[in-house]
Amino acid sequence: MLSAHHLSFRYSPHTPFILEAVDLHLNAGEIVGLTGPSGRGKSTLGRLLAGQMRPSGGRVSINGEKPPAGFSPVQYLHQSPVFATDPRWRISRIIEEAWIPDAAAREDFRVKESWYDRYSHEISGGELQRVALLRALAPETRYLISDEITSMLDPLAQAEIWQALIKRAEQGLGILAISHDHALLQRIASRVITL
Amino acid sequence: MTDAALTRPVTGVPVRRNKRIATIAATCAGASGIAVVVVGSLAFGNFGIEPDFSARLLPPSLAHWFGTDQFGHDMFARTIHGLKLSLWVGVVAATLSTLIAVGLAILATTCGRWADILVSFLVDAAMGLPHLVLLILISFALGGGTHAVIVAVAVTHWPRLTRILRAEILQIRHAEFVIASRQFGKSWWYVGQHHFLPHLVPQMLVGLVLLFPHAILHEAGLTFIGFGIEPTKPAIGILLSDSMRYLTAGKWWLGLFPGLSLVLLVLCFDAIGNGLRLLADPRQAQT
Repeated sequence: MLSAHHLSFRYSPHTPFILEAVDLHLNAGEIVGLTGPSGRGKSTLGRLLAGQMRPSGGRVSINGEKPPAGFSPVQYLHQSPVFATDPRWRISRIIEEAWIPDAAAREDFRVKESWYDRYSHEISGGELQRVALLRALAPETRYLISDEITSMLDPLAQAEIWQALIKRAEQGLGILAISHDHALLQRIASRVITL
Repeated sequence: MTDAALTRPVTGVPVRRNKRIATIAATCAGASGIAVVVVGSLAFGNFGIEPDFSARLLPPSLAHWFGTDQFGHDMFARTIHGLKLSLWVGVVAATLSTLIAVGLAILATTCGRWADILVSFLVDAAMGLPHLVLLILISFALGGGTHAVIVAVAVTHWPRLTRILRAEILQIRHAEFVIASRQFGKSWWYVGQHHFLPHLVPQMLVGLVLLFPHAILHEAGLTFIGFGIEPTKPAIGILLSDSMRYLTAGKWWLGLFPGLSLVLLVLCFDAIGNGLRLLADPRQAQT
């Protein structure tokens, strides 16, 4: 279980809190929606959970323990994959920086091997988002923070990606789905938290 | 357009003229221009340095392409010698400037807020001072001569590259793909090697190459006004300032050819710098 205990965050001691004493629990295999108005700190909460930022107060735990160093079991995925991939790397190197997926894993997210020798600007945004998703879902990954990952995609691609993610959730992946799309959250999440 | 033209196979076309080939050609042309200067200077040896009073102030001819000066020196040989001297000053000064820039950029981005403030202040201060005045001061304080010019040019040309490298490092450090790499458990050493270096090396290389023309032009300028290289050496600045006395007497070739050659050398470096920049960036679709 991924838990936030009284998590608080502010950029400096002189500025107001962005998040104050937030408690959140995400079970393995569960999809939880997180919604709320813009600027309320949804993404900040996601980055805190993934260990990308240090909280000003409170702590994050996985099954009651401190998250391990090294490969983070909580992976954070952003809306724009363009920024999350090195523009000077080819797709093969981008994916294999995290792990080496087999054909079945690639098929789950419809990542084609023919993209492997291209640069990230040479495939479309939707294709690159699948690449980023495949990369993040290494065997070490237990929880995925998906921050609006499908809001820039067409409905068909959106459905395909969430079908694949629901399949992963059935295998034990915990997903925190951050989105403004209430219809989507209603459809996929077992419960929705409003920040 | 006919169907045949549309379906013509790409393989089998002997030469595909595209942007990449044009860029490589321009870069090679620039490099060979520089090679000609180096090889030519070695081949001429002492020719153009020894006087020949039987051939004074001759206009350009087949025997003397760029004419001769008041001592009977062949101006073509002298121009090549001058360009080689400029190249040497350029190599040393640009390399030193680049080393200073890299060192300061790393200091600014890794050693905390105060180091950053200090480096930014140094960059602002060095950029705020008038360039040529600073060059004259340093060269004059060091007593003139080739070494003084090299030092003066080297210690005045780092600010712009420092600023570029500092900005690039800061930008990459907060880039999403570096954060992602850290999430995959990669060490800062790995990130530095595989994410930072591929972005920084092209910037550094292009910065280095584009410093050459600056260094060469400032060397010539400094020498022209008399604060640079010794008047006995065949530097371009010396040739140009010597030509001033004879230009009014109609000896146009003394000034035209050395000046033109200097511009061509600068353009050679520009071609190389621009080519490297385009070839190193996958987003330019020339890889």
